Amino acid sequence: MTARILDIPVWEVVKKIANQEISSEDYISETLERIQKIDPKINAYITVIKEASLDKALELDKQIRQGKTVGRLAGLPIAIKDSICVKNIKNTCGSRMLENFVAPYNATVADKIIREDGIIIGKTNLDEFAMGTSTEHSYFGATRNPWDSSKVPGGSSGGSAASIASFEAALALGSDTGGSIRSPASFCSVVGLKPTYGAVSRYGLVSYSNSLEQIGPIARDVRSTAILMDCINGHDIRDSTSKNTVPQRFADIFKNTVKNLKIGVPNEFFGEGVQKEVHKSIWNVIHKIEKLGFHYEKTTLPLVKYALPAYYIIAMSEASSNLARYDGLRYGFNVLKNNLNWNTTFSKNRRNGFGDEVRQRIMLGTYTLSAGYFDQYYLKAQKIRTLIKQDFDRAFKKFDILVVPSMPILPFALGEKLNDPLSLYMCDINTVPANLAGIPSISIPCGLSSGLPIGVQIMAPPFREDLLFKAGYLFEENVTIDKSVGEFTNV
Amino acid sequence: MKTPKHPISEKEVSHLAELARLELSGKDVTEMRLHLNKILDYFKMIDEVDTEGISPTYHVFDLVNVLRDDTPHSPESKDLLENVPKKKGRYIKAPRMI
Repeated sequence: MTARILDIPVWEVVKKIANQEISSEDYISETLERIQKIDPKINAYITVIKEASLDKALELDKQIRQGKTVGRLAGLPIAIKDSICVKNIKNTCGSRMLENFVAPYNATVADKIIREDGIIIGKTNLDEFAMGTSTEHSYFGATRNPWDSSKVPGGSSGGSAASIASFEAALALGSDTGGSIRSPASFCSVVGLKPTYGAVSRYGLVSYSNSLEQIGPIARDVRSTAILMDCINGHDIRDSTSKNTVPQRFADIFKNTVKNLKIGVPNEFFGEGVQKEVHKSIWNVIHKIEKLGFHYEKTTLPLVKYALPAYYIIAMSEASSNLARYDGLRYGFNVLKNNLNWNTTFSKNRRNGFGDEVRQRIMLGTYTLSAGYFDQYYLKAQKIRTLIKQDFDRAFKKFDILVVPSMPILPFALGEKLNDPLSLYMCDINTVPANLAGIPSISIPCGLSSGLPIGVQIMAPPFREDLLFKAGYLFEENVTIDKSVGEFTNV
Repeated sequence: MKTPKHPISEKEVSHLAELARLELSGKDVTEMRLHLNKILDYFKMIDEVDTEGISPTYHVFDLVNVLRDDTPHSPESKDLLENVPKKKGRYIKAPRMI
């Protein structure tokens, strides 16, 4: 068996493992070899789970040979962002603060993957506590873009997206607070879905900004992304913000191709910050779809202009509150000095346990929530959120989906924006509106410019992930991407 | 970039750091002040929006009082204690309060 099995679409692999055409053992072994060979150059993983993954694969192959029914993810190597708890495995959040923290329980999504016989092969790198757009802010070093290792992979779920693009995993989970799945999906030319707020349980996801974030799937194609989403969505009593609705099922939605789609293209997402290569690539795919008979219309969501500052105010405010729990006492980094008082101990633990970006966001959040500034920043931002949501509600009365660029720019060089936080924040300009409105959004590979990936973002009304998958599949079918030009993007 | 209306002073940065329990050196404070003011200046953009009479959206759904049964489950205290950096037996060691 050669490494070529890694090249088979994952939605086919899962069938081939179940009918014994491919063994899970081979697939897992090939994946582990791939990780061993190239991850020193990519740094997608913080923890790789070798022996237990192989044991599980052997056990599954045996069950399959015995004719036992296996789960819907049987035998697939799945990478999980290191801010989502997997029992007895380190959960570092890319931070020195949690460098030695071992998760005492499973996140609901991890439970669901295990129940469906998916094999959790490792925990992936991220910007510290998911705060970033480039996966450079990790205590464990930056992740590199598999297309060009001198470039960033996007973030904060950069390790998850890079592991998929470089064939170091079949499927991955990320989390998306303001674009943290779609940004790396776009930069690494893979598919990444931010589900509707409340569609996937956040139980076991380390909170950064809990009113905005969602866990979502990342894969190399739309159909494989749908398989993972199929398994992880649904109500969870342990997450009081998960929506109590019937789980969505996506297994059969690709049987019929989509015929009618009213497509809106909102101007605000094509502003001056959007590079011309990105413009060109997005319009190219829109025109291709138009030629197939799908009508599009330009539209406007005027308040989206204010989404970025509103998002950062809300996210930082929630972050300052959520990260107050790290005292280094019950768990986490501790300076281990005696004879210091209560406050000095905590202040030293937090000073040394958190990195620059996290400290800065805690400071800003403390400011925007403080007496005298609360109304001016936090309350005002939440009101703007209402107006942005209303803009989307209006748009979705007329359109089924909205199509925009995922990222305004091409993947940039490592270190290029590290000393200018504001310029990094600007990268999230097109992704944060969906988080503020709580709507689902997907990034689909849409082209390359000078060998660097560009992603198209599709947004839909709440709980219409089915539309995103159907439209995404249509887009995917009409785009060809030459993986041979990437440094680590072919097996 | 226009001059911020209410730039934060170094004194305010130090006060915020105290509230947030973050020890900052003198150099940290100077650097942090620079960054915070740049970002806060950008945040001022939201002043342009008229939000008179608009209710805030703290949450995208109208979920209120989501309740579940209060059933005890095994605390697995051994696992939890394994993450404690300083302990004595089954107790967590904390700094002096007084």
